[in-house]
Amino acid sequence: MIRPRLAAHALALLATVGALAAHADSGWGLLNMTPGVTEMSRNIYALHMKIFWICVGIGVVVFGVMIGSLIKFRKSRGAVPDVTMVHNTKVEMIWTVVPVIILVVMAVPAARTLVEIEDTTHTELTIKVTGFQWGWNYDYLDNNISYFSHLDRASDQARELASGIDPNSVEHYLLNVDHPLVVPVGTKVRLLITGADVIHSWWVPAFGVKKDAIPGFVNEAWFKVDPDKPGLYRGQCAELCGRDHGFMPIVVDVRSKEDFAAWLQQQSSQKQAAALSAPAAPGTPAAAPTAP
Amino acid sequence: MADAHAHDATHEDHDHKPHGWRRWVFATNHKDIGTMYLIFACTMFFIGGAMAMVIRLELFKPGMQWVDPQFFNSMTTMHALVMIFGAVMPAWTGLANWMIPMQVGAPDMALPRLNNFSFWILPFAFTLLLSSLFVPGGAPAGGWTMYPPLVLQNGASFPMLIFAVHMMGASSILGAINVVVTIMNMRAPGMTLLRMPLFVWTWLITAYLLIAVMPVLAGAVTMLLTDHFFGTTFFTAAGGGDPVMFQHIFWFFGHPEVYILILPAFGIISEIIPTFSRKPLFGYEAMVYAVASIAFLSFIVWAHHMFTVGMPLAAQLFFMLSTMLIAVPTGVKVFNWTATMWKGSLSFEPPMLFALAFLFLFTIGGFSGLMLGIVPADYQYQDTYFVVAHFHYVLVPGAVFAIMAGVYYWLPKWTGKMYDQALAKWHFWLSTIFVNVLFFPQHFLGLAGMPRRIPDYAVQFTDWNMVSSIGGFGFGLAQLLFPYVIWKCVRSGTPVGNRAWEGAHGLEWELSSPPPYHSWTEAPSDALIARGASH
Repeated sequence: MIRPRLAAHALALLATVGALAAHADSGWGLLNMTPGVTEMSRNIYALHMKIFWICVGIGVVVFGVMIGSLIKFRKSRGAVPDVTMVHNTKVEMIWTVVPVIILVVMAVPAARTLVEIEDTTHTELTIKVTGFQWGWNYDYLDNNISYFSHLDRASDQARELASGIDPNSVEHYLLNVDHPLVVPVGTKVRLLITGADVIHSWWVPAFGVKKDAIPGFVNEAWFKVDPDKPGLYRGQCAELCGRDHGFMPIVVDVRSKEDFAAWLQQQSSQKQAAALSAPAAPGTPAAAPTAP
Repeated sequence: MADAHAHDATHEDHDHKPHGWRRWVFATNHKDIGTMYLIFACTMFFIGGAMAMVIRLELFKPGMQWVDPQFFNSMTTMHALVMIFGAVMPAWTGLANWMIPMQVGAPDMALPRLNNFSFWILPFAFTLLLSSLFVPGGAPAGGWTMYPPLVLQNGASFPMLIFAVHMMGASSILGAINVVVTIMNMRAPGMTLLRMPLFVWTWLITAYLLIAVMPVLAGAVTMLLTDHFFGTTFFTAAGGGDPVMFQHIFWFFGHPEVYILILPAFGIISEIIPTFSRKPLFGYEAMVYAVASIAFLSFIVWAHHMFTVGMPLAAQLFFMLSTMLIAVPTGVKVFNWTATMWKGSLSFEPPMLFALAFLFLFTIGGFSGLMLGIVPADYQYQDTYFVVAHFHYVLVPGAVFAIMAGVYYWLPKWTGKMYDQALAKWHFWLSTIFVNVLFFPQHFLGLAGMPRRIPDYAVQFTDWNMVSSIGGFGFGLAQLLFPYVIWKCVRSGTPVGNRAWEGAHGLEWELSSPPPYHSWTEAPSDALIARGASH
C-alpha cells in the first residue's frame, strides 16, 4: 500500500525538481530565479543553483536510503531487526566530516561574492531612495532632481476590493508605476536607501539588489546593469510596511548612456522652466514629473 | 452493586480527587494539566487554521475579492501568533506534562500548583489577543515579528498584543522551570541522564532555551510599550534609538524560539522510529550531543533573519558561517534516524507514518534553510515566499506532524483504548498530500519573485497560488479528522494492554493503559528501568 503512493509522490517531486532549470515568463513555468542583468545577479544565481544541486544530490542519497529501508526492511516482508546495530564510529565520522567539507565548498564562493557586493567604491552615480507609505521617492543628489513613484492608476483601480476589473486586463498589474527610476546601462549606480515612516525594502530581482529602507538610517546598495541590457526592470517592496505593502512596486528604466544624459538634461530644464514660469510656494518639493 | 465495585476498583483515590469543574480549574495532576494543554492547543490550531484559510482564500486569484488589505495583514499576523504561541508551544507543554513524569519514573511534576498556573494563564492571554480582532483598528497587523515603527501604528490592539505576549511568555517560563526541576530532581534512582528517553532530553534542553530567551522577548516588547506610551525612543532614530536594534533583540529570542518549536519534535521522532523499526535508536549519545549543539548554536545565528538590514560585512560573514554550521548536527540526526530504520523490521501504523513524513519533509525544509543561509542568495530569498515555504515545511510537516505522531503514539496509553487506525491513516495521507500541494509551490513563487505578506499579486503568480490555495483548503479540511479520531477513541476504542505497540520501550509502557491517576507512587525498580531503556 505504501510503496505505490510514496513512489508516485517521489516521482512528482523529482519531476518538479527536474523542471526547475526551466525559465518561463508566467504561470506553470515560473519555477526559478533568473540570472538577471548584472554581474552580481549572475553570481547570486550561480550560488543559488550550486547550493540547490548540492541539496538535490544529498537528498537523492538520503531519501534513497530511506526509501530503500521502507521497502527492504518491512516486517511484513519478514525482515528481522539487527538490534545490535547502534553504533558505527567510522560511518558517524564520515557523515559529520563530509557535510563540513560540503559547507566549506559552499562558503568560499559565497563569501567572495558577498565581499564583492559590499564593495560600494568607485560608483559613478548616486541616487537617494526613500521608501514611504506607500511609494518611493527618488532623488538624484548630484542633479537636484527628485520625484515620487507610485503604483500606476490602472493597477490601483483594479486592485480595489471587488473592483470588477480583471487583473489580467491590466498591463503589468501591480508591477507598474507612474514615474520609474531612470538609470544608465553599464554604470555603477549607488543607491542611498532610507525610510520616511516605517521600514520598507527596495528589491529588484533582476539586479540581485535588496536593501531595507530604515527611517533615520541610510543604507548603501549598488548595481551595474550589463551594457547590452537596457530596458524596464520591475521589483517590489520587500518588508511589511502597512496596508499597501503589496502595492508599492519599483520600476527601473535602464537607458543607454546617451539617452540617460538627455533625460537628465530634460529634467533639469523642465525644472528650471517650472520654477521660472509658476510662482513656487516656499518649501514646495521640486517634483519634476518625468515623461519617458 | 456491581457498578460500585467497578467504580471503586478503577478510582482508588476517588476520595482525594476533586470532581466536576474543580478538578480542572484547581488541577495539580500532570495528566489532567497535560490534557488541558492539548485540548487548548487543538482549539487554537483550528482558530489559527481558520485564519490561514482566509489568507489562502484571498490569494486564490489575483485581485482583491474578499478582504481589506489591512485585515489581510491582521490575518497573517494573528495566524502566526496563534499557531506559534497557542498551538505548537502549548502542545509541546501538554505532551511534556503527560509524558515526562511517567518516562522518568516520577509521581508528578515537581511544582504542581505552578503547573496549574502556567496552564491557566493561557486562556486569558488568548482571550485578550483574540478580542483585539474586535477593537477599533482591528487586530495587530504588523507581523508576528512586531517590527517598529510599523507595530506602533497599530491602534487599540497594540497594548493587548504586548500584554498577551507577556502572559504567554510567563506561562512558558514557568512551565520550563517546572520541566527542568522535575527532570533534574525527580528521576527514579537508576534513571541516569544518559538513560532518559530522547523526548525527555529534548525537553530538558528546550526548557533551558525557554528560560534563556523568553525574558528577552519580554524585554523587547516592553521597550515597544514604553516607546509607544511613555516617551522612550529605544527604536526611534530621532531620539537616538534604532529600529534595527529591535530586530536584533527580537531575533535573539526568535531564533532559539524556532528551535524551541522543533527540538521536542526531534525527541518524539527519536522514540517513534525505534519502536516501529523494532530496533534501538542509532547513536543515542550522538543524538543527545547533536541536540545540545543545535541548542548552543541557536544562540549565535539570529541575524540570518536580518541579512538585508545593512549589517557590516564581518557580521554577515559570521552569521552566514554559524548558520551553515547548524546543518551539521541536524544532518547527523537525520542520518541517525535513517540508520535506525536500516536493518530494522518496519511496520507502518499511524505514528510511524507521521514520523516518516516528518523525516522526509523536515529534511526538505532543512535544505531550503541551508539555501537561505547563503547570504548573497538570501538577498533574493529574504521576505519572499521562499522563506514562507521553508518555515512552513519545518513547522507543519515538521513540528505539527511530530505532535500528531506523538498523540497517535501515546493516545492508547492515555485512554487505554486503540483508536480507529484506518481513519487515522486517512488523516495521514490527506494531510501529507495536501501539505505538499499547499507549500511546495511556494518555493517556486518565492524564487520567481513574489514577496511575502502581500494580499494580492502580479498575474504571473496566479497558477501556483491557485494550487497552493487548493492545498490549503484540502489540508484544513483533512484536519477535522484528527479530533474526530480522538473523540471516537475516547468513546468507543478497543481496550489495549500496557505495551500498546509491540516494539515500544520506556517506563510509560510498563504502566497500565490508562495509567493510574497517580503513577509511580513507588519508584520503578532498576530492572524495570533497564527493560525500558532502548539502548
